[in-house]
Amino acid sequence: MKSKTIKVDVLARVEGEGAMSVKIQGRRVTDVKLRIFEPPRFFEAFLRGRKFYEAPDITARICGICPVAYQMSACHAMEDAFGLKVEGQLRELRRLLYCGEWIESHALHVYMLHAPDFLGYEDSIQMAKDHRETVERGLFLKKTGNAIVNLLGGREIHPINVRVGGFYKIPAKREFAALAEDLKSARDVAIETVKWVAKFPFPAFERDYEFVALRHPGEYPFNEGRLVSSRGLDIGIREYDQHFAEEHLAHSNALHSVLKDRGPYFVGPLARYNLNFDRLSPLAQETARASGLGSMCRNPFQSIIVRSVELVYACDEALRILDNFEMPDSPAVKVEPRVGVGHGCTEAPRGILYHRYRVDDHGLILDAKIVPPTSQNLKTIENDLWQFVDANFDMPQDTLQHQCEQAVRNYDPCISCATHFLKLSIDRE
Amino acid sequence: MAARHKPKLAVWKFASCDGCQLSLLDCEDELLAVAGAVEIANFAEATRAVVKGPYDLSLVEGSITTPHDEERIHAVRRASKYLVTIGACATAGGIQALRNFKDVKEFTSIVYARPQYIETLNKSTPIADHVYVDFELRGCPINKYQLVEVISAFLNKRKPNTPAYGVCMECKRQGTVCVMVANGTPCLGPVTQAGCGAICPGYTRGCYGCFGPKQTPNTKALSAWWRGLGVPETDLVRAFRSFNAYADPFRKESESHEV
Repeated sequence: MKSKTIKVDVLARVEGEGAMSVKIQGRRVTDVKLRIFEPPRFFEAFLRGRKFYEAPDITARICGICPVAYQMSACHAMEDAFGLKVEGQLRELRRLLYCGEWIESHALHVYMLHAPDFLGYEDSIQMAKDHRETVERGLFLKKTGNAIVNLLGGREIHPINVRVGGFYKIPAKREFAALAEDLKSARDVAIETVKWVAKFPFPAFERDYEFVALRHPGEYPFNEGRLVSSRGLDIGIREYDQHFAEEHLAHSNALHSVLKDRGPYFVGPLARYNLNFDRLSPLAQETARASGLGSMCRNPFQSIIVRSVELVYACDEALRILDNFEMPDSPAVKVEPRVGVGHGCTEAPRGILYHRYRVDDHGLILDAKIVPPTSQNLKTIENDLWQFVDANFDMPQDTLQHQCEQAVRNYDPCISCATHFLKLSIDRE
Repeated sequence: MAARHKPKLAVWKFASCDGCQLSLLDCEDELLAVAGAVEIANFAEATRAVVKGPYDLSLVEGSITTPHDEERIHAVRRASKYLVTIGACATAGGIQALRNFKDVKEFTSIVYARPQYIETLNKSTPIADHVYVDFELRGCPINKYQLVEVISAFLNKRKPNTPAYGVCMECKRQGTVCVMVANGTPCLGPVTQAGCGAICPGYTRGCYGCFGPKQTPNTKALSAWWRGLGVPETDLVRAFRSFNAYADPFRKESESHEV
């Protein structure tokens, strides 16, 4: 019988380095591997012996695309260890910073990494030759997100203004006010984005995933909430290690996460949306419905619509926070280190990001554990590829290979993160 | 045809966080103009299209940490007319160079359940330790305006205009009050290269050295000042040992405070 390989040696338009290979024997998929050759950088090892206050800046360097997520999870974990709560305006400003990162990261993925797949371009710059206004719209959205991070964080990549307990300095009210005008336009652009991507041709592909995301009593989740799933998981962040496990496989410098006794699960925009539709702002809900998207979406190719709905939400939420902004008395809550173990889990643009630290009474880190969203999705991505190729044997090799690449990009995988964390090949034997 | 003569730009990644190459995509106002002036020939984060070398300008992000990358960088050098390294990983080994002070085997076993699956070198080293580098652009992350300046300089065959002086100069020019003198906040600004725009002091925080050592840094004198502010030796080791830990002046200074 004929054998065949679908192989992509360097997956493009993902953050970091990986490859994929799918082996096919006759009409059966026999193996799928996402190979992660992003070199390991050993963050969890060299965090040992560092001070607690260094964790937000050091872990930010795991990922240049979502440094805010690392800073937030690190801060929350340390604050958990020290029995500290950051509330009121400071808590709101953390949400605002996260809105900035979601807008910047989602706009990058929707316009520059994912949309070219649906429209048949190699990249957004080629796309700009035919659709300049569209690409400029995306760049405007991205810039607006970056402007938030830039103002409140000090710079877009590896912000400097975040600390355990809050911030170093809160910018003046008038500086925030200047953001609002652009955010209103960005919100309109985000609504246009939902309408635009909803019309893309999507492969019919659905699986019965277990979605995992944070859930908070009153808000769409960024920083806080319980960990819930579409199959009944409902736990506090501190119980994470009892329910999730990491496996180390030979083909990957990234660890693969599974739910103990149940296996792979799905994190990110689709999971958040499916578990928290009722927590979206009315405008975001309305935009989603108008685009034909229900309150539940199981087709990962449509994640681009969900990401765009989250863009609407993030602009809306940022505007709400700016409207209610009042200068806090102090830029940070006083921090007093004590012996303990702290857990933090926040919603990075790509899904839940878990940090755990054990610290001594001088605030020295004794050990650290970090579980990025992409390593939690790796098994699910491999399974998607398996099933997708299985259902599409008769597709021409080129089309199949391209759609497999898309199946990976659906997850906006961040390989730099997951290496602690892509190459694609489909083998037909 | 004019398009045929466009210079080819390639972006290469070694061990890094992707942040420095993202800086190029973060130039929202300049991106389409830059893309108009060059042919983007290899940039995996942004495009599937790969154009064959040689390349007129290669931007290299990341440090050398694996046997495979140690070989790959030579292929990149051979295919590049000019090679510019971008960011602290490429110019100094990055935060992952903290392994250089420890036993890497121990590190591997802390992070990975099956260390035998991991191929890694004992040290994380800058690109210039392996191949000739035409220009080094500092920062963790780099400043995007400096990046546009460097690209434009190489396209126009002139020297990039990036300062080698310290962060203090930027503070003075901006009128930022000195955090060390006024608030007693330890600051690495006096020994750190300018280029970020002195962001940290602007946010009432001490500089943490992410652009690496400036030209002729007097680290010893700064350490004495820090001691005067009550900073213990162990904190001095950590302060000099972060994102540019393996840059010579910072490495030596951190080692001199080890007990």
